[in-house]
Amino acid sequence: MADSALPTAPVPQLAQSVRDRSGVRRKLRYYGEKLGGSLVSLFAVILTSFFLFRIIPGDPVRTMTHGRPVSIEQQEQLRRDFGLDKSVAEQFWSYLTGVLRLDFGDSFQFNRPVTDLIADRFWPTVLLVGTSVVISAALGLWLGVRGAWNHGSLSDRVNTGIALTLWSVPSFWLGLILIVVFASGAGWFPTSGMESTGVEGWERIPDIAHHMVLPLVTLVAVVYAQYLMIMRSSLLDEMGSDYIVTARAKGLRDLIVRRRHAVPNALLPTVTLIFVNLGFVVFGAVLVETIFSWPGLGQLFYSGLSVPDLPLVQGLFILFSAAVILMNLLADLLYPILDPRVRP
Amino acid sequence: MGLLEVSDLTVTYRTAGGEVPAVRGVSFALEAGQKLGLAGESGCGKSTMALALLRLLPKTAGYTGEIRFDGEDILTMSWGRLRAVRWAGASIVFQGAMHSLNAVQRIGAQIAEPIRLHSKATEAEIRRKTGELLEHVGLPARRADAYPHELSGGQRQRVMIAMALACDPQLIVADEPTTALDVMIQAQILTLIESLVAEQGISLLMISHDLSVLADTCDRLAVMYAGRIVEEGPAAAVFGAARHPYGAALAAAFPRIGDPASRRRPQGLAGDPPDPADLPSGCAFHPRCAVRLDHCAAVDPSLWPVAGEDRQAACVRVLPDEGLSLVAKESA
Repeated sequence: MADSALPTAPVPQLAQSVRDRSGVRRKLRYYGEKLGGSLVSLFAVILTSFFLFRIIPGDPVRTMTHGRPVSIEQQEQLRRDFGLDKSVAEQFWSYLTGVLRLDFGDSFQFNRPVTDLIADRFWPTVLLVGTSVVISAALGLWLGVRGAWNHGSLSDRVNTGIALTLWSVPSFWLGLILIVVFASGAGWFPTSGMESTGVEGWERIPDIAHHMVLPLVTLVAVVYAQYLMIMRSSLLDEMGSDYIVTARAKGLRDLIVRRRHAVPNALLPTVTLIFVNLGFVVFGAVLVETIFSWPGLGQLFYSGLSVPDLPLVQGLFILFSAAVILMNLLADLLYPILDPRVRP
Repeated sequence: MGLLEVSDLTVTYRTAGGEVPAVRGVSFALEAGQKLGLAGESGCGKSTMALALLRLLPKTAGYTGEIRFDGEDILTMSWGRLRAVRWAGASIVFQGAMHSLNAVQRIGAQIAEPIRLHSKATEAEIRRKTGELLEHVGLPARRADAYPHELSGGQRQRVMIAMALACDPQLIVADEPTTALDVMIQAQILTLIESLVAEQGISLLMISHDLSVLADTCDRLAVMYAGRIVEEGPAAAVFGAARHPYGAALAAAFPRIGDPASRRRPQGLAGDPPDPADLPSGCAFHPRCAVRLDHCAAVDPSLWPVAGEDRQAACVRVLPDEGLSLVAKESA
């Protein structure tokens, strides 16, 4: 009788409010755990960042003064200016207190606060890489759905083949080929940079878009296969499920079965992937930004690593990690909305 | 004329290893308001049959024969007509305790979906009807907002039944409706199905491996083995005194309520069901048959009326003497 013993009469007010309160507590605990976990990860990143880049071989002062007539005294002065003459413990303490005040120090090579440098480079990267994530996710998911629904067809095999081929191409190689063919060759697109000098006002929008085409094509081409393959295999799994047979037995058209039943279920694993990739948006694309001289964070990181410009790479590393942690947190918070089974 | 008339239905799956016959020439009829049980081991083709009735099998399945539903042949009708017959004419209760409901949709929306598709009801009417259906199967109407994972297995099966009733169909196909439920819930669900179909005059085709469940619920029973019906007749007669050795073995595998002796001699059937891609010669059951005759490996008997009874069996032992001698001559 356990099954029909469900209370059909209205639940007494007291019991209802007790249940509500424990539900709220459970929700708060879920969100609290996720938030706490993120803060712990962030703190671990701050600690690691300091030691990680001191393992890189190379003396920043020697690299920066290489090939220039600089006396030993001047080098010592630089070392004092950078604070590199102090003990590691002292350096760590001033780093830690600085980071907690959101002060990452001054870059060795640019002689400017790291936060200013990041602020300059932040939006170009978000524009380029963010757009590429949106386009590649949309393209990959669309092709993945089509591929799974007509799996084994000619168009499915061709699309999957092209995507996997492009995926295995190195991004810097593809970027260089595109520059050779379409920029310096055909002259259709600029070879580098984000905008032309002397363009003002609203004119900047088409100009930046024009500069963005080739790096964007490169970034999209090498990653959209990831979305395609995940969406395709996830949808193929769902298509074999019993509830899809139920939906078809109801007399729904194929298109509706796909859109209303199969795709919402198949999207769940894909959402995680999109958020993980969004976390990498600010990390930029070190190789692609460097090849196209895109004034973004990836390029900045590259120039910081070659010195090594310790305050700069430390600051960037914390920023990149914080973005990934934040996006993972958002995915954790969003997932229960999409999937009722994991609701706290 | 029956509501559902299946004649000489075959279903063959095309696979990489060649063609695999899953249903090999099945014929039966179901009158309006009648309850027919279809029994057999897993792999005998009974679930393929259930899905074939609404042409729900994957593209790799090929059909021949006829499935006349209310006079129209399901196998040759247009897709548009077929979609209209699905659920509104005949609906299916799947083994819903597990995965037959969409996990990310509220059950109310899933019940309302076929109503919206097959009728011109307004949203308010649909909502009212959904609530009524839930109450009809013993769930409070407010459970419409629940997701499938918030319900127990028995409750989910009730939702499946409410869903099957949504468009007032003439026929309900129940495919293993109580498998994976515990015995108490199983009895409740069976009683529920029985009372609902009786109340609304719906025909029922119930499919199960459990002959005792079918015998309790249905008017007539058909036993399937290796893609064929090997025995058919009134439920009590088939369950009580099967004329095909496989039907007898299947009946003996379940203890009979009110007969303690049957509990103390549980009887199984040795061997596995045959691989549909590689069927034995002659009667498909002969390698496992305890009472086989010499010519069983050579003769493949079809359903044959049992003399003097309203039933049929596909076994050389029910053939009248002249038939038997005919068979003996053939195999000699």
